[in-house]
Amino acid sequence: MKPSIPAQETMTSGHVACQGCGSTISMRYALKGLGTNTVVVMPACCWTILAGAAPQSSLGVPILHSPFAAAAATACGVKAGLEAKGDKETQVMAWAGDGGTFDIGIQALSGAAERDEDIIYVCYDNEAYMNTGIQRSSATPAGAWTTTTPAQGGSPRPKKDLDAILRAHAIPYLATATPAYAEDMVRKFAKARRIRGFRFIHIYAPCPPGWKYDPGLTIELSRLSVQTGIFPLYEVEDGRLKINVPTPKRKPVGDFLRPQARFKRLSPEDEAAIQRETDRRWQALSQGS
Amino acid sequence: MPRLEDEAPGTPNVIVSDRSMAENLTGNWRNLRPIIDPARCTGCLICWKFCPEACVELTQKVPLIHMEYCKGCGVCVEECPPACIEFQPEDAS
Repeated sequence: MKPSIPAQETMTSGHVACQGCGSTISMRYALKGLGTNTVVVMPACCWTILAGAAPQSSLGVPILHSPFAAAAATACGVKAGLEAKGDKETQVMAWAGDGGTFDIGIQALSGAAERDEDIIYVCYDNEAYMNTGIQRSSATPAGAWTTTTPAQGGSPRPKKDLDAILRAHAIPYLATATPAYAEDMVRKFAKARRIRGFRFIHIYAPCPPGWKYDPGLTIELSRLSVQTGIFPLYEVEDGRLKINVPTPKRKPVGDFLRPQARFKRLSPEDEAAIQRETDRRWQALSQGS
Repeated sequence: MPRLEDEAPGTPNVIVSDRSMAENLTGNWRNLRPIIDPARCTGCLICWKFCPEACVELTQKVPLIHMEYCKGCGVCVEECPPACIEFQPEDAS
């Protein structure tokens, strides 16, 4: 049987991600879509560690580590340097977690998006600062337990709608992706490679220790995030929104929430509120906004 | 370790990683060993596709899981459509 995604592996075995890590599957797919003529820029995030300690690397492409706040700015500089040397082909991909994107890196990200810099910016979103010990970020959803929101009720604030912020920058390409939909993710990276200007890909990456579930369920939870409407898969090209995985009969959000112990303190009222908010967001999305 | 080839004289000593994390065998993280039943395997490659370790090899009809890297996460056990991958405790083998 022919594989449904490219067979070439640019990420090696032997990396030090936790068992069942959603962000490593995502990196595998990203590089299958982009190919090896790529430079990766990483701010502080889980992948700072997973990329390997010098002189070892877990990727078959160059990696440049940047300060936490500076992934987008560093990627712009690498791109400018390549162009100064006459290289217009090599893609530069910033690869940052939700902390380095939603919180600490948003200024550099907004600047690069606003200038329509010719880079791909990827946020692999596991909804907290997982690498440093599961501290809440502005990507943490309401009600989720983290080590900094341990009390009854979990995180008190809703997840920041970063995709709406990026869309407000009128960038040429924005897409969402998650590892259960491998072909969809590889296609989006291959497509992003062919587009010039600022491209943003938001990956929803399940995290077994941070979300507190059995690591074997990573793909199942990724799939349920789409089937429940918690994380819809769509792309926006030059302002036109297209939903990639239509889910006319969405599953109840409880199917996604209950296998995760980070949500175990949710009351039935909390779950009903998450369902209402998910329905509202789905309605808005299906009307193209 | 090699230095960057085109660095200007007098720049700090810039070194480049030239070795692979594949030197790092992670198989000893595993408590449970996934075993594929070749009689029921349909060769669908789902286990290869979803492996977070990229340690499933495609060369045969029945994929080969490289146990020197497999961390025993269980994604392949959960996702295998004919459910032909079973976990066995490591100390039993």
